[in-house]
Amino acid sequence: MQRLRRTMMFVPGNNPGMMSDAFIYGPDSIMLDLEDSVTMAEKDTARLLVYNALKTIDYGQTEMVVRINPLNTPYGKKDIEAVVKAGVHVIRMPKTETAEEVVEVEREIEKVEKEIGCLGRTQIMAAIESTLGIVNAYSIAVASKRMMGIALGAEDYCANLKTQRTQGDNPNFGMELLMARQMIVVAARAAGIDALDTVYSNLNDMETFRREVEMIKALGFDGKSIINPRQIEIVNDVFTPKQKDIDKALAVVAAIKEAEKKGSGVIAVNGKMVDRPVVIRAQHTIELAIASGVLKQEDIDNE
Amino acid sequence: MKEAFAGTLESGDILVRIAPAENKGLEIDLESTVAYQFGRQIKTVITETLTGLGINDAKVTATDKGALDCTIRARVTAAAVRATGKDVWKD
Repeated sequence: MQRLRRTMMFVPGNNPGMMSDAFIYGPDSIMLDLEDSVTMAEKDTARLLVYNALKTIDYGQTEMVVRINPLNTPYGKKDIEAVVKAGVHVIRMPKTETAEEVVEVEREIEKVEKEIGCLGRTQIMAAIESTLGIVNAYSIAVASKRMMGIALGAEDYCANLKTQRTQGDNPNFGMELLMARQMIVVAARAAGIDALDTVYSNLNDMETFRREVEMIKALGFDGKSIINPRQIEIVNDVFTPKQKDIDKALAVVAAIKEAEKKGSGVIAVNGKMVDRPVVIRAQHTIELAIASGVLKQEDIDNE
Repeated sequence: MKEAFAGTLESGDILVRIAPAENKGLEIDLESTVAYQFGRQIKTVITETLTGLGINDAKVTATDKGALDCTIRARVTAAAVRATGKDVWKD
């Protein structure tokens, strides 16, 4: 089972209090930000804070991600040197538009990794935040074997698209992002990597937030970028398989095993035809249930 | 070396000011909400960080709001880089 990436929590890279407390809330990934949440005057201090935090604080099983500044700024290369030396798991590239940008970041990572002797340790994910990036989504997703995922950044994308994000009371809520989201998921799946959705920033409207999470799960996303610990519970709740789905999945897997013994391919469970896609979905549900902690491997083995 | 600051006065942070030394050695003036329990430890981290960067003469004024050791190291290093103009990362 691969790593769960239901929640990636944004933490400003210049706020030591939040950086030391973030893992307490149990997000799957923590993204320390050196880009938009840090002013130009504090890029140097934030980089040092993030470096020292990564080297010192025990974040347990949490995946540690750092969003760097783009390489076409004076900060990008230093950001890469600092976080690779600190042992970050994933470098998140902002505003990615082409595969060449990924290759360039990979080259910088490699330089630092060679210097300290840990070639291949650092993964890359790319946030796509423009129309050009969306058009190039698949080539970005396959630009490097280090790629672990692609994510949508909706604010910049909407500005680029010359539109605005719809609000929760709009019957067409989310319409403006539909194609971008689908491009991200399709490109990620075709490349065999993860797809992560954009943030939802209105913390006073948890109902709309839940609707959005349900929608992106239905579209096929692996998880969502979040900006506050209060959002974690809702995302986990939506992404954790429900008991009736788990029961159904277990029944399908048990029936197919039984059928294989008898040498038959297509079977019926509760009067419905079960073929290969259904079995794959059932196995995915079971894996997700195990990873989410609502099902134990022993329970399946004992069936 | 010129006078430089790094850090904030927010909870969990430390504000560090580094200035050219008036006398030989490191002179550390610390104000901390947890000075009674951790004052000596904080001064040790500041001293080790600066000597590690090759700075042995400076006047340091620090206002601590309960920063972790890694935060103190980061803020002291940042102030030192700003004061000396010598970055710890390659250009």
